Parts: sequence; structure tokens; C-alpha cells
Amino acid sequence: MNAIKRIAGILWIIAGPFAIYYLVKTAMSEISKKPVIDTKIQWAVFVIVFIPIAIGIVIFGWFAIKGLYDHLPESSGEITDQ
Amino acid sequence: MNQPTSEAQSIRRIIAASSVGTLIEWYDFYIFGSLATVIASQFFPKANPTAALLSTFATFAAGFIVRPFGALVFGRLGDLIGRKYTFLLTLIIMGSSTFAIGLVPGYETIGFAAPIIVLVLRLLQGLALGGEYGGAATYVAEHAPPKRRGFFTSWIQTTATLGLFLSLGIILITRHSLDIDRARSIAKFNDWGWRIPFLVSIFFVIVSVYIRLKMKESPLYAKLKTEGKTSANPLRESFIHRSNLKMVLLALFGATMGQGVVWYTGQFYAQSFIENICKVDFEQSRTILIWAILFATPFFVVFGSWSDKVGRKWIMMIGMLLAIITYRPLFGKLLSITDLNNKIELPQQKQINTTINPIVKTGNSLRVVSTKYFFDDGMTMTEVRTDTAYADMSRTTVKPETKLTKVISNRDYWMMVGIVFVMIIYVTMVYGPIAAFLVEMFPTKIRYTSMSLPYHIGNGIFGGLTPFIALLLTTIYTGDKLVGLYYPMIVAGLCLVIGFLYLRNNIDPDVND
Repeated sequence: MNAIKRIAGILWIIAGPFAIYYLVKTAMSEISKKPVIDTKIQWAVFVIVFIPIAIGIVIFGWFAIKGLYDHLPESSGEITDQ
Repeated sequence: MNQPTSEAQSIRRIIAASSVGTLIEWYDFYIFGSLATVIASQFFPKANPTAALLSTFATFAAGFIVRPFGALVFGRLGDLIGRKYTFLLTLIIMGSSTFAIGLVPGYETIGFAAPIIVLVLRLLQGLALGGEYGGAATYVAEHAPPKRRGFFTSWIQTTATLGLFLSLGIILITRHSLDIDRARSIAKFNDWGWRIPFLVSIFFVIVSVYIRLKMKESPLYAKLKTEGKTSANPLRESFIHRSNLKMVLLALFGATMGQGVVWYTGQFYAQSFIENICKVDFEQSRTILIWAILFATPFFVVFGSWSDKVGRKWIMMIGMLLAIITYRPLFGKLLSITDLNNKIELPQQKQINTTINPIVKTGNSLRVVSTKYFFDDGMTMTEVRTDTAYADMSRTTVKPETKLTKVISNRDYWMMVGIVFVMIIYVTMVYGPIAAFLVEMFPTKIRYTSMSLPYHIGNGIFGGLTPFIALLLTTIYTGDKLVGLYYPMIVAGLCLVIGFLYLRNNIDPDVND
């Protein structure tokens, strides 16, 4: 199971840039179709809000590859920083 | 009086006090959304581009962007000064903002100050909501016995749905009680009556503040504080320290992201779909949701309680899986219920009513043709076509405005209630156990901060954007009316895979750490 968790990490790392690419591409296409302020704001909000989340899933994938999810903490004592 | 009875009474008081306040916050937050059209006409006239711009900000910013910021601001405060005072503060901010919205003079009276004030108040509402939930869930969980944590926190989980129920109920009652004549009552409501649900909120808030003032600090947090073990920098410990950040990311991508889209699809997109895509009448589309909520709400407690026995993970995962598999057939059924191809028109009953009102100083007139169609199963459909009748007979309106409204039969009405009920059952499966699940993931000293952010990104951003993105998809890919469902299905699917692979199904026996 731990091997699958780590391998799946690659997928999450790819998912982040893919989501940003798809989002920006759709945003540009929709804004060019209807270049009014509402469309611009709407898509700007989507892009601004989802980019940090996409970065988050890349970090999640990186943690998975590094094996950080092989073992989840049993108690808060394990959630102390190194 | 023996001790267990006293403890049971105490926890019931804690749940009631926390839940009432959270319910009121949800009520306050939802009335703005439910009255968005009326508010837009009062404060954000479409003819004025700047006001329309502010309207877009008010819709997007408050619901989606500000909530996670509220989670950070108040989560940090809750871990620094305590749960009790923080979620008391969020309640006061939310209540006073809501009351103030009810008092703001319209755009016609004070001009641009009106939309700006409303925008600021709406942002405050979003901030307060971002801080409330984590506090209430944490507070109840830190009082609950380990084997009943899911059951006790599930009461907090009912509040979001009941807040929506209360807001819809008060709006519908107010809308019909301002005049004996229904049309006049609705006109009065749109003019000034919409303020009543906002103003009424102050009474609820005063009662809730009074109750919350009498509450004591969470015993786990109080103990930490006495021992001097509270966090000095909750934000840093939550999101910079890798060992906790990995749990925050797991909570978001493995649970709250999918939970958020299932929640907003069942309770918001379903209603929007029934009203805007199926073209069902304003009130029927809302009362369908009200009935479905009423029947489904007890299941929050059922699944929360069940999660104490079988663990949190699988109930949430099965809820997501069922949603992914059945959304298309369920929404397809909603569509087919109102599909005219499945009905036979009764042409002899058709009624046409035309009114022509002169447009001042132009010589033209505004022509409104209202046609009412009757169908064999009892459904009626009203088509209102508005165009300009030009004095120059050779001219015609290029694109007349047409509005369709269907009033469905009793049988179809209850069938829709049943379908929405099923979707809200999925909501209860993913949402009922999630407070206990989140509380158990994080240590007491940074719990408020750590659980609030993934919750509000999952619900505010992934969930809150569901109706907009789904509707947007239907405008981009016009061939398929169900195309909007791909957004919640993909997000829930991704979350399901991550949750399945990475989450554990344990129940933490001790959150006192």
C-alpha cells in the first residue's frame, strides 16, 4: 500500500500544473469570447483562488513520494516539528 | 443528582449553546445569498457598471475568498486566546453585520456609499463565518466523551442545513405576510420587506450571545493554558511545520474538498438546477428543498453517531462514491420530470393575455404577452414574452425577452422532493462525521487554526464555487444540460481516490493532546 501511495504522488504532482494550464487556457478563451468586466473578474477569481490550491496538491504529491504518508501520526506527540 | 446525569445535561447545554449560535451564523450568511436578486436591485443597479462590479465582488469575494482568511484570523485567535471568546466574537461580528445590512439605505438614497457599505458588511460576514465553524466544532468535540464524539459534533453539522432551512422559511413567510393580496405582498417585500429577515437576526444573535457568555472555556484548552502549553504562533505551527502541514493537506484533498462539492451540489446546485434549468417556479423550487432538508436533517446525527462505531472514513467515502455514481441519473430524472416531450399539451385550455404599456416620449410601447399552457399531468407552464411594439410598424425587437415558469403537479413535486432528499442524504454522509474527523487530526494547541483552513477551502472554495462553475460549464458546453455535474464529480472523484489511499479509519481515543 505504501508503494501505491508513493507512486500516486507522481499523479498529484502532475495534476497541479495540469489544472493551472487548463484553468488559464479556459479563462483566456472565455475572456476573449466575452471581454466584459464580469467575465474578467469571474475568471480572475477562479485563477487566483485555484493556483495556490494547485501548488498545495503538488506539495501533497511531493510529501507522498517522500513517504510522509506511509505512517500517519497516532498521537499529537508525533506532530512536532523536526 | 448523580454525576452521569449531570454530565449528560452539561454536554446537552454545551451542544445547544454552540449549535444555536452556529445556526444563526449560517442563517445570517444564507439570507444574503437567498435575497441576492432583491439586494442587487436595491444596491447594485445593473445600469451602473461600477455598482455591478461591486456586486460581482460581493458575490464572489465574501463567499469564497474571505472565508479561508476568516479561518486563519479567527483560528489563530482561538488557539491564542481561547475558543469561547473567539467564537463569541465571530457571532457578534456576523450578527451586527447582518443587522446593519438591513439598515443600509438603498443606492437611490445615498448613491455609491450604499453598495460599498453592503460589500464591506458582506466581507465581514464571510470573515466571521470563516472563524465560527472551527470554533464550535472544536469546542463541542473537546467536551465530548471519546466514544460519542461523532454523535455530539454531528449536532453542529446540522446547523448549516438548518440555517439554510430557517433562512428560506423566514424569507417565504415574510414574502407572503406583508399584504392580504399576494402580488402586493411580494411587491412590498421587494421594496422594503426584504430588510425584515436581516433585522430579525438581531434578536437571534442577542439570545445566542447571552447563551454563549454563560459558557465556560473548553476544558482541554483551559488545561493547556494553565500549563502554559498553548501555541505561541499557531499559523507557523499549522502551516510551516511539515509534520502538521501534511495533515492539513490530507484533510483538504482527502476529505473536505469532496465533502464541499457534495454538500453544495445537493443543497444549492440542485435548487438552482430545478429553478434555472428545469424552469420550475420560484416557490416550488424552494419548498422542494425545504421539505428535502426537513426529512434528511436527522441523518446528520445518524451518520455522526454511526461514525463512532465504524470510523469516520468509510461513511464519508461511500457518500462521495454514491454521489459520483448517481448524480447524472438523479439530475437527469429532475430534467425529465419537467421535459415537455414527456407531456401532452391540452391546447383547448391555453390562455393568452396581452398588455401594452406606452413608453413615455417615444411613441413606442412595451408589449407583454403571457401565455399559459396546460398539460395532461397537471403541470402548467407560463411563457412571458416581453418586447417593444414600435410606432414604426416595420421595426421589430431583435431579441424579445422570454421567461418560462413551470408549476409542476403534486406527484412530480414529491418526486423531486424525493430526489433532492437522496442528494441531501449524501450530504449527511460526508458532512455528519467530518467535524469529529477533523478534530481528531490535529493537536489541541493548534486545532482551531489547523482544522478551520482545510474546512473553509473545501467548503468555501471547492463547494461554494460549485453552482457558479456548474452553471458556467452549461454555458460553455451547451449541448449537455448535465455537463455542470462534471465539476463536482471530478473533484469528489479525486478526493475519493486520495481519501481511499491515504486516510486511516481510526477513531482517536484521546484528543487531549
